[in-house]
Amino acid sequence: MPRLLLFIPLALFISLSFFLWKGLSIDPRELPSALIDKPFPEFQVAALLQPERMLSKADFIGKPVLVNVWATWCPSCRQEHEQLLRIAQDNKINIIGLNYKDERAAATNWLRQLGNPYAFNIYDEAGMLGLDLGVYGAPETYLLDAQGVVRHRHVGVVTAQTWAKLQVMIQKLGVNQ
Amino acid sequence: MLRFFILVLLSITSAYAAFDTYEFKDKDKELRFHELSADMRCPKCQNQNLADSNAAIATDLKQKIYLMLEADKSDTEIVDYMVARYGDFVLYEPRFNAQNAVLWLGPGALLLLGLIVVIWLTRSRNNKNAENTEQVPELDAKQEKALQQLLNKDKKS
Amino acid sequence: MIPELGEFALILALGFSFILAVIPLYGAATLNTLWMDYAKPLARAQFTFLLISFICLGYAFANDDFSVQYVANHSNSQLPIEFKLSAIWGGHEGSLLLWAFILSGWTLAVSLFSRGLPLDMLARVLGVMGIIATGFISFLLWTSSPFERYLPRFPADGADLNPLLQDFGLIVHPPMLYMGYVGFSVAFAFAIAALLSGRLDAAWARWSRPWTNVAWAFLGAGITLGSWWAYYELGWGGWWFWDPVENASLMPWLVGTALIHSLAVTEKRGVFKSWTLLLAIFAFSLSLLGTFLVRSGVLTSVHAFASDPERGFFILVLLLLTIGGSLTLYAFKAPNVKSESSFGWLSREMLLLINNVFLVVMAITVLLGTLYPLLIDALGSGKISVGPPYFNALFVPIMSLLALSMGISGAARWRQTSVAGLKKQLLVPAIISLVVGIIFPFIYGDGFNFRVFLGMTISTWVIATTAKEFKDKFRNANSITAKLSQLTPSYYGMMLAHVGVAVVAIGITLVSTYSEERDMRMAPGDKIELADYQFEFKGAKKVKGANFTADEGTIEVTLEGEPVVTLYPQKRHYTVKRSMMTEASIDAGLFRDLYLAMGEPLGDDGAWAIRVHYKPYVRWLWLGGLFMALGGILTVFDKRYRKKSTGEVAHA
Repeated sequence: MPRLLLFIPLALFISLSFFLWKGLSIDPRELPSALIDKPFPEFQVAALLQPERMLSKADFIGKPVLVNVWATWCPSCRQEHEQLLRIAQDNKINIIGLNYKDERAAATNWLRQLGNPYAFNIYDEAGMLGLDLGVYGAPETYLLDAQGVVRHRHVGVVTAQTWAKLQVMIQKLGVNQ
Repeated sequence: MLRFFILVLLSITSAYAAFDTYEFKDKDKELRFHELSADMRCPKCQNQNLADSNAAIATDLKQKIYLMLEADKSDTEIVDYMVARYGDFVLYEPRFNAQNAVLWLGPGALLLLGLIVVIWLTRSRNNKNAENTEQVPELDAKQEKALQQLLNKDKKS
Repeated sequence: MIPELGEFALILALGFSFILAVIPLYGAATLNTLWMDYAKPLARAQFTFLLISFICLGYAFANDDFSVQYVANHSNSQLPIEFKLSAIWGGHEGSLLLWAFILSGWTLAVSLFSRGLPLDMLARVLGVMGIIATGFISFLLWTSSPFERYLPRFPADGADLNPLLQDFGLIVHPPMLYMGYVGFSVAFAFAIAALLSGRLDAAWARWSRPWTNVAWAFLGAGITLGSWWAYYELGWGGWWFWDPVENASLMPWLVGTALIHSLAVTEKRGVFKSWTLLLAIFAFSLSLLGTFLVRSGVLTSVHAFASDPERGFFILVLLLLTIGGSLTLYAFKAPNVKSESSFGWLSREMLLLINNVFLVVMAITVLLGTLYPLLIDALGSGKISVGPPYFNALFVPIMSLLALSMGISGAARWRQTSVAGLKKQLLVPAIISLVVGIIFPFIYGDGFNFRVFLGMTISTWVIATTAKEFKDKFRNANSITAKLSQLTPSYYGMMLAHVGVAVVAIGITLVSTYSEERDMRMAPGDKIELADYQFEFKGAKKVKGANFTADEGTIEVTLEGEPVVTLYPQKRHYTVKRSMMTEASIDAGLFRDLYLAMGEPLGDDGAWAIRVHYKPYVRWLWLGGLFMALGGILTVFDKRYRKKSTGEVAHA
């Protein structure tokens, strides 16, 4: 019996190695949204291009929608802009923009120069809506279902592959309607 | 690969101590602010607390803590607010729940186990030694003689 | 040309390591003297070529050869020469080369200083070290060569070294740390050699001890330097953050502490052999685990090298082979170990065993806390963080128990000691400790404080019990001077190291309880007060350094009207990397530090955000660490290690 005890260190090490091996395929800096399967936060914020218009959750509830957090100071947002334009052209789903901690003039210019893939833009100047959403750095893209519940968050540039994955998720939402 | 490398490099090179000066009238609130910002993790940085981080999100969260303290919110309310938005990741003190039971209770249990094992081993070794000393057999006359012969042989060589 | 020579030398070194890994071990197994004799020259050859490789990399840095990728990524023509050379270990590839180089250095040292060692033992020890070297040099050549080139087009100038690393700390901290990490491979090799040979008497403990003590001392010195460097470099006045990389160095040190004590008992009393063998394997395994954690990208840390999972996988395989192999060997061979004596349930052996348990539990606590987020994530249960609140909460109680036990162990006799005897020895130190613990917070602070009471009591306890034990040595001595010279360097080393523990405990207790800090907006002419000192901000001006420009503030410090010091914190802007760095200005003292840092400029009136820290007894942290390291080094000056050689190494 004591002889078997001597194998305990080896056994413990092997189980540890298993976890270390699994750890190699996990990105420790990727943070899943704390709002998954929870409703999108309530808000009353002005629109970017029409400062007199106040937006709220009611403006996009009814069908699935993508909320894209972006800013002019974010270089990666520039990178994903083309892909967003393509998604908008596809017309499968609306993209709502959340202009995060930005300057209205710069953001308006940007959209005018590069094109506007967004149905409308929420002008979150102070970043308070972003905070309620759990945003920690642009760009981030949220997928909401028809009831306004957060179903998925993608952190980083939206690529063609990302869009493919999102499309699968959107389809599943449509089936469950 | 290179881009990742540069990204990581850039994030470490901007580790300068930027701190905002929050004016607290209440000394107690100031202390709570320091504690809360030290015990919460910056969601974006490479393992830094809010107090030492200059990332935009860290500054925003510190601002929010300041505002909530001035609004007389309790520590629990502030912590719950942050966790609701960023998850347990943002807490440097892991919550005490079933998932983290091993984490919090493990070391204590291991210590007890270790001490028990040590005491038990020493006890059983002592008993074994006591047994052994009792069981040394006596040599009879023939064996005694053979022993002496062997010893003498050794001395000669 | 030179970088290619460096790579070629590395390949040759790999060849020699591989032969070293195979031939002497086979020779020891078959008792072939000729093959065993190859171990020493192979160790020399391995060292020579790693030295050449290392020098080639240094040459590339010194000559600004930016066609070498590693040099281009970590250096710059404007970089001061001392940092150009230290940049050799400023990144993943180069620091790995340093690792391998230091390993070959230790291997050479073992081959040179092992006159009393039987040949088969020496062959096995060097052989095992050769196995480890083969693994690491393979890793270098396969995935992480520092000699890769940017050809045909290479940058005109380099990307510069990270400003945080352009500091004296970079010159000393990594080499010291690696000397320790790698040094534990010697204890490991001795343990494996003992298991392989079946020669499990206490002699291997005697041979192992000086090597292990020195490795432990270097690791402790490395950790101390790291803490000191972080304190003045990072600008926020912290000295330990329980960051995964910091923990990766602390864990082998804790197990190493258990090991050096266990080795002492095994040598003196011939017991604990099985446990000591396991500790030797455990300590080096933690070194290797640390290498994995820091370079695989599995954990997030400000210290981690930018590495990728592909490299992580290679290191994991190395870990499986080395640790898995040694633990399997242990499981099969350890039952052959027999104790050479016995001891009672209340004895010094028993108490040292209990102290071992404390130290190992402390190491496992750190391991658990560091890896728990990974465990939870791998199980799919989300992301959590484990930080200072957890580690401090668990570490402090166990540390206190250990300190308590330290005092008792010193008073206990070998084999058997009585409760009454202990009581007599320890009563006076106990009273002194409690008295100091209770009055200190009243005198120094403003009233009773449990943390200070606890910290000061156990620190005084350790010092008082050590002093009493020392004093008792003179009880039957005829002359004090004769007795003083009779006591061995080992004994003085032990006392110094134990006092070091107390000094660190005092530093930690006082700096974490009585620190004061304020972040204030200060315009030129503004004054603030902190901990009885007055700080007056005189304004900031622009200055220029070798590869940076800075805003330098001037702050005059007075105490009760008398000027104390003028401090010049800087906000540096490094031109090449285009990054900002805070250079704190510190007035260091034995009993307190005044620490000033500048944040951001605020407003047009020349106002700045200024951070002022008062840090009492913070230097005691590093002083204690220094004491411990010096204590470890002292032990190798014992006469018994300096006996004249009795001739050649005994042939089997």
